[in-house]
Amino acid sequence: MKEDLVLPAPRESAAGGPGEPLLVAEGLTKHFPVKGGFPIRRTVGHVQAVDGIDLTVHSGESFGLVGESGCGKSTTGRLITRLLEPTGGKILYKGQDITHAKRKGLAPIRSEIQMIFQDPYSSLNPRQTVGKIISGPMEINGIDPAGGREKRVRELLEIVGLNPEHYNRFPHEFSGGQRQRIGVARALALEPKLIVADEPVSALDVSIQAQVVNLLQKVQKELGIAFLFIAHDLAVVRHFSQRVAVMYLGKVIEVGDRDSIYTRPRHPYTHALLSAVPEVTLTDEEGGTRERIRLAGDVPSPINPPSGCRFRTRCWKAQDKCASEVPPLVRIDGNRDGHLTACHFPEEPTIEARGQDVVLDPALAALEKPDKD
Amino acid sequence: MWLRFKRDRTGVICAWVVLGYFLIAALAPVIAKLYGKNPYTLYGQDPEYATDNPVLDDFGLPLGYFGGVTGEHWFGVEPQFGRDVFTMLLYGMRTSLYMALGVTTLLMVTGVLVGLVGGYFGGRTDYFLGRFTDFFLSFPQQLFFIAFMPVVTSFFVDPRDETPTYFRALAILIVLWLLGWMGMARLVRSTVLSLREREFVEAAKVAGASPWRIIRKEILPNVVSPILIQFTYLLPSTILSIAFLSFAGVGFVEPTPDWGRMFATGAKVAEQDPAFMFFPGVALVVFVLCFNLLGDSVRDALDPKSGR
Ligand SMILES: Nc1ncnc2c1ncn2[C@@H]1O[C@H](COP(=O)(O)OP(=O)(O)OP(=O)(O)O)[C@@H](O)[C@H]1O
Ligand code: SF4
Ligand SMILES: [Mg+2]
Repeated sequence: MKEDLVLPAPRESAAGGPGEPLLVAEGLTKHFPVKGGFPIRRTVGHVQAVDGIDLTVHSGESFGLVGESGCGKSTTGRLITRLLEPTGGKILYKGQDITHAKRKGLAPIRSEIQMIFQDPYSSLNPRQTVGKIISGPMEINGIDPAGGREKRVRELLEIVGLNPEHYNRFPHEFSGGQRQRIGVARALALEPKLIVADEPVSALDVSIQAQVVNLLQKVQKELGIAFLFIAHDLAVVRHFSQRVAVMYLGKVIEVGDRDSIYTRPRHPYTHALLSAVPEVTLTDEEGGTRERIRLAGDVPSPINPPSGCRFRTRCWKAQDKCASEVPPLVRIDGNRDGHLTACHFPEEPTIEARGQDVVLDPALAALEKPDKD
Repeated sequence: MWLRFKRDRTGVICAWVVLGYFLIAALAPVIAKLYGKNPYTLYGQDPEYATDNPVLDDFGLPLGYFGGVTGEHWFGVEPQFGRDVFTMLLYGMRTSLYMALGVTTLLMVTGVLVGLVGGYFGGRTDYFLGRFTDFFLSFPQQLFFIAFMPVVTSFFVDPRDETPTYFRALAILIVLWLLGWMGMARLVRSTVLSLREREFVEAAKVAGASPWRIIRKEILPNVVSPILIQFTYLLPSTILSIAFLSFAGVGFVEPTPDWGRMFATGAKVAEQDPAFMFFPGVALVVFVLCFNLLGDSVRDALDPKSGR
């Protein structure tokens, strides 16, 4: 996999101008061994959770990472925060190689890369008060803000829209949305430069999702923190990210700035994802009804991914070449700068009506029929 | 938590009773002094004492009602030797409670350490600790208590010499400890295993916390309540184990007063003098019951979500 790593910065950017690359991942790979066999357990295969992905996050930028469940998004996030040890590839933070850095070596960087977790119920220690949870990272890193840690925690609580008086409460006294705010406050406590947010709203009620996304957006804009925002559908990311990468089965298959991905997608999978987003208003100017694509079957097993293009088992444009050659992630004709697609036979850069539905799943098609009359 | 516990009437009563036991055990010499008897004097055979206050009849059975209960001997006297049951019980409880406390503490510490380490580090460490635990679990406990006691003792003391009492205590401690820590280790391990995967542990790692800090600050507070609950169940069962050892004749021997051995004696003379068993028995039942009830209350109080 080769690609031009230096992506142009997004045109519109928050916090005063695009920064230089803050975090660069090159060919990042994580394979989990699959153990099996009796009586001696040995490795019988590998889950190729993340297989050679390249990402660049600029400082102050919010970068969206989208893909179906199980495609390796969380694994990517965990690799970048160094919760997992990469099997291969490189992670550079501000040009410094942190791929295999140990805990001690990471110490200076730890405070700059923080994480917001998916499940607000398991991400807060039930035996610690809110104050302890939020001041924990400061304590670990020996940070003593002016006015004391408690004052800082109260400030943080205020920033994330909670009552500072909640300092001595326990997590179980809060709702899911409030808990997630506590998680945000904890991530902010170290004044990080990059926050990896792993599906921070998908466990929340729809009505609260918007509030939390708005909070994150506010934080990102006002504090100029770069975000790696992980989500499983394109709708959430749309309002949040300047650049978006789409993942499928451990690979990045398309990456580009927001406009390119949402209005000029090239990869068939991106098309499919977009058509699954009910809300993405395919604006009136463009007119016409949306094409509807329904993907057949499940994502193939990451233990034995399809040869060549990993999407070929579900792609309606697949040809022989797709099985034999891995499509490189490159800028293809008709793409704007920095819009890279990994496909041999890309779609038109449009999201206009296709005239007819592409329904790839016979079962789904059968289901749809009665509705039509 | 404290408030929740105080609202639990049974719990509070049991806590006082248990506390009372420990207090009585601790103050046994003082009480015995005030009471004017001691557990070693053979009141039935002491010629000076026996002529003034005969406590045993010609067959060696206590005179009077209910095992010889009198103003002098509140709980009666022991058949044959005529020792004072009240002081025997006091001192016996003292031996048992202290032993049990020591053994249980050792069990807890070992179990918690093994469980924490195995559960947190996982992988190879966990595998070996797990097999180690299984190995100890595979001993038939009761049998080995009996079989091992003499072995352990003779390991340190020449069998021809008299085994000093403190040494018997040590041997009991070692045997009960070696064969008892596994349950605790398993409990802690499984709890830690499920906690380790929780995201708050990852959050601490992302913040740069050391494994030691994570174990101490993030995981340990979450296993404290299972540990405490287990403690409240373990202590009474340890007391029963110690009593069992003495009952089986491998624990404390004469003349050390011991709860368990009183039952052994009680069983021997049950036909002639059933009353002898009464006081130690009631004391033991009340204690174990209260301690277990206390355990339940502690569990309720520790659960932050229980609605009480
Ligand atoms: N610790 C692990 N051991 C083995 N396999 C793992 C491990 N963690 C993840 N995997 C596998 O790696 C693949 C990617 O998992 P990952 O959690 O990154 O998916 P995801 O994109 O975050 O999905 P979701 O949207 O459901 O959170 C999955 O097939 C999963 O089974
Ligand atoms: S490379 Fe082939 S199979 Fe893969 S997405 Fe493109 S057309 Fe489909
Ligand atoms: Mg995930």
